[in-house]
Amino acid sequence: MADRERGLNKPRPLIDADECKSCGRCIQACPSKCLRLSEKLNRRGMRPAEYTGAGCTGCAVCFYNCPEPYAITIEKP
Amino acid sequence: MTLKKTVGMYESFIRSGRATRSTHYCAGCGHGIIHKLIAEAMHELGLQDRAIIIGPIGCSVFGYYYWDCANLSAAHGRAPAAGTAVNRLRRDAALALYQGDGDLGAIGFNHTFQAASRGEHMAVFFINNATYGMTGGQMAPTTLIGDRTMTTPYGRDPLTDGYPLHVCEVLNQLKAPVYIERVSVADTPRIMRARRAVRKAFEIQRDGKGYAFIEFLSPCPTTLSCDAVQAARFCIDRMEPEFPLGCLRDNSAAAVSRAPRKKSVSVDEFFKRSDSGQAPTAEVDRGFAERHIKFAGFGGQGVLSLGICVAEAARLERRFTTWFPTYGPEQRGGAAACSVIISGAQIGSPVVDSPHVLVCMNQPSYERFAATVRSGGTIIVDSTVQLDVKAPDGVNVFRMPAIDLSLKFGCPKSANTGMLAALARLGVTGLSEEHLLAALDSSFRRKPELMETNRMLFREAQIWMDKQKECSKERLKT
Ligand SMILES: Cc1ncc(C[n+]2csc(CCOP(=O)(O)OP(=O)(O)O)c2C)c(N)n1
Ligand code: SF4
Ligand code: SF4
Repeated sequence: MADRERGLNKPRPLIDADECKSCGRCIQACPSKCLRLSEKLNRRGMRPAEYTGAGCTGCAVCFYNCPEPYAITIEKP
Repeated sequence: MTLKKTVGMYESFIRSGRATRSTHYCAGCGHGIIHKLIAEAMHELGLQDRAIIIGPIGCSVFGYYYWDCANLSAAHGRAPAAGTAVNRLRRDAALALYQGDGDLGAIGFNHTFQAASRGEHMAVFFINNATYGMTGGQMAPTTLIGDRTMTTPYGRDPLTDGYPLHVCEVLNQLKAPVYIERVSVADTPRIMRARRAVRKAFEIQRDGKGYAFIEFLSPCPTTLSCDAVQAARFCIDRMEPEFPLGCLRDNSAAAVSRAPRKKSVSVDEFFKRSDSGQAPTAEVDRGFAERHIKFAGFGGQGVLSLGICVAEAARLERRFTTWFPTYGPEQRGGAAACSVIISGAQIGSPVVDSPHVLVCMNQPSYERFAATVRSGGTIIVDSTVQLDVKAPDGVNVFRMPAIDLSLKFGCPKSANTGMLAALARLGVTGLSEEHLLAALDSSFRRKPELMETNRMLFREAQIWMDKQKECSKERLKT
């Protein structure tokens, strides 16, 4: 199967769990609704945002809604 | 490949010696969102090397941890004053101010208003979160009617607490501002609008076009006691009806860029020029014992000009010298004093705490400073001064009828000349009489008719002193 169909070259948000303050702005803002709060706690003892694994279009809306400089970057393999 | 990441900020933030990658802001605080927009615009416009951001007092006091550019801090509400100074000194700077609604809208509003009215070259980022965040949620000028805060526990009541302050609308009454817009960071379309506004404000600074003002409606979940999403909703549902979003003014296309600054001379150059031909330069003379002299009296008695005269004589004699005045708020009649240092080497501080020589024209100054004179030193007081306070041991006290003499000569303002004569005769300045007299003459450059009278007074005072000496010799004999 080509990478494209497997979704490996699709854009995706990289979330640094320890930099996330669990405010939820990104989750609420994401137009594709592809973010959620993790079940696991980060070092702060908060539930960080995480990518569901599918649906990211690379729009960077989560990035701009996030108040933290280094919690979210948008990557494309 | 990275499609989007934070730019224009430091890679890590050094706080109290420790590096972190997170901000100090509460979860969901609008400050962080706005910080990123500012950093991005600055970076994308290539302005980081020209940018100077002046931070406020408030939650965002530590903006300088984050923005990778020059950062300054100012006292509460005084960023416009600091920014005005930057403007005068650095025309090449892309200057931005970052201020909260307490900082800008309350304690510092007049500074903002005046800077805007002068059309200072600055981008002002005004963070309206309807509260004083840092100090724990007191009422801000922007707090909405009816809202409870620490200082309006029953809700803001216009009858006692007034109405929310519309800063953009107030500034829009002024002629000078080039660009005024109110934006919000409550949701994505609003953030994108804010992003364009920030970019525009920086472009105006890049092009030297003048004053740009952006108000951000910004969520403070902490003082609202709600979550980040609810705080963002508060901005839209509650704040926007009171503070409508939109551009109030954009003259940026028509505004003209300011001219580059005319080349100005350096401080050294300035003094060299104004001194050329007349100023003998001081010579290093390690053998000369440094003298600290204090002159004190009432304002109007000529103590300051007496000090200048002695310093001028020192200058003529190629000594290093300083003159340092201190006086009260009133122009005349209050206490006045000045310090003069005469040295054979460069002088560090012009402050004189324990003088070798003290010249007192009145009672209070004698009482105040007599005890500060060094042992072996000299006090010269006017004869009208009662010596009820004892001078320190080993200090010579000399009484000079300077005021009497000046009255006799019909020029009461010249009592200080009598004191100068005493200084010369006692030889306590280490300066020659010739130079002290030349300095006296030069102080009357603009009033030549007084020069002769003062020379005569000087001589008369010295004759009086010599007579005193004779008398005391006589007294010793008998
Ligand atoms: C001269 C002076 N007065 C008062 C204070 C106390 N103080 C610190 S921050 C602040 C209010 C800040 O509120 P705002 O500008 O709205 O910023 P926010 O914290 O909400 O971002 C006050 C009154 C101070 N630091 N200095
Ligand atoms: S917006 Fe940022 S801090 Fe808030 S939940 Fe998302 S990643 Fe975390
Ligand atoms: S108190 Fe309010 S303004 Fe201050 S950091 Fe927290 S959320 Fe932001």
